[in-house]
Amino acid sequence: MADRGIAQQRQPLVQVRGLKMHFPIFAGILRRRVGAVKAVDGVSFDIFEGETLGLVGESGCGKSTVGRALLRLYEPTDGSVVIGGEDIATLSPDALRKKRPMMQMVFQDPQASLNPRMTVAAIIGEPLDEHTNWDEAAKTARVYELMDQVGLNRRFANRYPHEFSGGQRQRIGIARALALNPKFIVCDEPIAALDVSIQAQVVNLLEDLQDRLGLTYLFISHDLSMVRHIADRVAVMYLGQIAELSPREALYARPLHPYAEALLSAVPEADPSVESRRQRIILKGDVPSPANPPKGCNFCTRCPKVMPVCREVEPRLAEVEPGRFVACHLFDNTAGGHASPGPEVREHNPQGEMT
Amino acid sequence: MPDGASPVLEVRGLKTVFRTRGGEIHAVNSVSFHLRPGELLGVVGESGSGKSVTMMSLIGLLPSPPAEVRAGEVLLGGRDLLKLAPRELQEVRGAKVGFVFQDPMTSLNPVFTVGNQIMEPLMKHMGMTKRQAEDRAAELLALVGIPDAKKRLKSYPHQFSGGMRQRVMIAIALACDPDVLIADEPTTALDVTIQAQIIELVKELRQKLGMAIVWITHDLGVIAGIADRVMVMYGGQVVEQAPVRELFVNPQHPYTRALLKTVPSLTGDRAARLEVIQGQPPILQGEPAACPFRARCAHAFDRCHAENPLRRAIDGREVGKGHDVACHWSPEAAHG
Repeated sequence: MADRGIAQQRQPLVQVRGLKMHFPIFAGILRRRVGAVKAVDGVSFDIFEGETLGLVGESGCGKSTVGRALLRLYEPTDGSVVIGGEDIATLSPDALRKKRPMMQMVFQDPQASLNPRMTVAAIIGEPLDEHTNWDEAAKTARVYELMDQVGLNRRFANRYPHEFSGGQRQRIGIARALALNPKFIVCDEPIAALDVSIQAQVVNLLEDLQDRLGLTYLFISHDLSMVRHIADRVAVMYLGQIAELSPREALYARPLHPYAEALLSAVPEADPSVESRRQRIILKGDVPSPANPPKGCNFCTRCPKVMPVCREVEPRLAEVEPGRFVACHLFDNTAGGHASPGPEVREHNPQGEMT
Repeated sequence: MPDGASPVLEVRGLKTVFRTRGGEIHAVNSVSFHLRPGELLGVVGESGSGKSVTMMSLIGLLPSPPAEVRAGEVLLGGRDLLKLAPRELQEVRGAKVGFVFQDPMTSLNPVFTVGNQIMEPLMKHMGMTKRQAEDRAAELLALVGIPDAKKRLKSYPHQFSGGMRQRVMIAIALACDPDVLIADEPTTALDVTIQAQIIELVKELRQKLGMAIVWITHDLGVIAGIADRVMVMYGGQVVEQAPVRELFVNPQHPYTRALLKTVPSLTGDRAARLEVIQGQPPILQGEPAACPFRARCAHAFDRCHAENPLRRAIDGREVGKGHDVACHWSPEAAHG
C-alpha cells in the first residue's frame, strides 16, 4: 500500500470519454418513444493502472449505470470506453467475449448475484468453464486457490449460497470475479448490503487483493467515509454527470463543487464533539428527474451558490487546480481556458518590471 | 431533561422469543431501559441484534405466533402495556406512542391519499370530525416541511419522493401528540443529503413539541449527532449504555470499542487499514448462558463462556442512570 497515491505517473488503464447512457421511455398504445432517461449524460474520466477510483453520489445519479456501461453490460448510447487499448463500446461480440476475462464485476447484493442452485465451487468455477479449456483437475485446483485467496474454507466448496452469511457470500462473488485473473474490477456497492462489522472485513480483503494482484478498481459507493478509506481519487456524480473529480485528500479537505461540499457536509461523523460544532449545508428539495434535467447546470435547482449563468449555460468539467476537475461556473475564471486572469497577470508582470 | 424527572417509558426485563421449527430463538433477552421526558435515546446495533424486535414488542406489533413476549414490564403512563388487552393496546398505538418505520415506500398505503392516512389516527384517537381532521392534517404536513400542504393532502404516496414520504410518516406518527416517538432506522433508506434534512427536521420538532424519542440505527454517525443517551445492543442484549459523549469518549464494552474503530472517519486521520471484528454475529438459539460476544471478543476468558454478564455501573451510579456495561472484562483491570 506504500505505493498508493503515485497513480498519476502510471498509464491510464481505463479511459472513458463522453460516455452517455440514455434509456428510452415508451408511452401510449403504440409504445412510441416519448423521451429518454438520461442516466449517464456525458461522463469522462481515466482510471490509472493499480489505482482505485471511487465513484460516489446519491441513488439515481447514474453511478451504477456508469459501472455497467463500462463493462458493456449495457450498450452505451454514445462515447468511448478504452480499456487496455481497445474501445469496449464498439467491440464486436466475439472480440468483446475475448476481452471479458480482463474486466470483471462484484455486485451489490450477494444474495441475488449468486445462483442458489449452484454450489460454491460451481459458481467460482463457472468463468473457467466459459473461458478456458482446462481439465477438471486444473479447474478444481484453481477454485481451491481462489477460495484460499478470499478467505473461504475449502471444506465449504460443495455447499450452497444460502448456507453462508452475507459477508461470506460477498467473498464468493469476489472469488468468482478473480477467477480469470482480471486487471480491472468494477465493485458496485460491494459493502452496501453488509453489516458495519462485516464491511471492514470485505474492504480489507479487496485492498489485500489489490496489493497482491495489482488490480485496478472502480469502487462505486454512496458511503463517503468508506470511499475516503479505499479510493485514491474520487469522482462525485450528480444527475448523470461528474460534478467533481479530485484526489482523495484534496476532495475531503476542501471540496470545490458546491454539490460535493453539501454532500460531504451531510455525512454524519461518529464523534459527538465534531457533530455539535459542524455547520451543515442542508440542500433544499429533491434531485430532479433524469428524464427532464434542468436547463444549464444540472445542480442549479438546489445549489446554494447559484448564479444567473448557471440556469442558462451548462458548465464543462475542467481542470481548475492540478489534478482537480470541476464542472461549475464558480471556477470559470480559474479554469485555465478562456477569460482566465492567469495569462493577463503574466502579461502585466513583465510590464511592471519594465517601469 | 432534569435527571430526577420520572421516566415516560420504562421497560424492565423484556424477553421476546420466536418459536421456529429449528427451536426457540431468543431475540430479546432481559432488556431494560427507560426514557425521560424530552429525551432522545439512540439504540445502536447490527441487524439481528434485537433492536427492532425490542421496540415492536413494547406495543404488540409482533405477530404471535411465532413471537412470544415471555417476560418483562413496559410501563407507560403508569400502565403495563404487556398486560393490556388488544383493544386497549390499540388505543395506545398511534395515540400515546408514534412509530416511524425504516422504509417509507412500504409503510404507507398506496391506495389511500396521504391526507387520508394522516386523518385516520386523528379521527380514531382524537375523536375529530372529518373537517377538523383535515385542517389538522394540513397543519401537520406544514409542520414537517411539506410546502403547499393543503393541496398535497390529496396526493398519493407514489407522488412523493422518498424523503417527502418519510416526512409524511413523521406527520402521521406525530398526529396525536404522542408521549413517545419510536423511529426505527428512519433515515437508513434515504440518501445522505435527504437524511440530513430529516435529522434537521427531527431536531426542530423536538424543540417545538418536546416529545421523547427512541431512535434506532446502525449508523454511529447519526447517533453522535442527535442522541442524548445511547444504548448499544448485541445478540439480543443491552451490552452498554451511556450518555452520548461519554460513550464515544470512553467506550467500555469490547464490542462498542471495536465498532467505533471499524467505521472509517470522514475528517480524522485515515488509517492504513481498517480494524476488523472477526467472525459473524451469533445465532440466538436456546437460553443465553454465556456472553453473546464471546466468540468474536479479543478479551474473552473462561468466565465469558460460562456466565452471561449482567449490566454493571462503572461510575457508581445506578444501572441505567449513568454509564453501565455488560461485560466481565474491564479495561482498567487489564491496563493495571
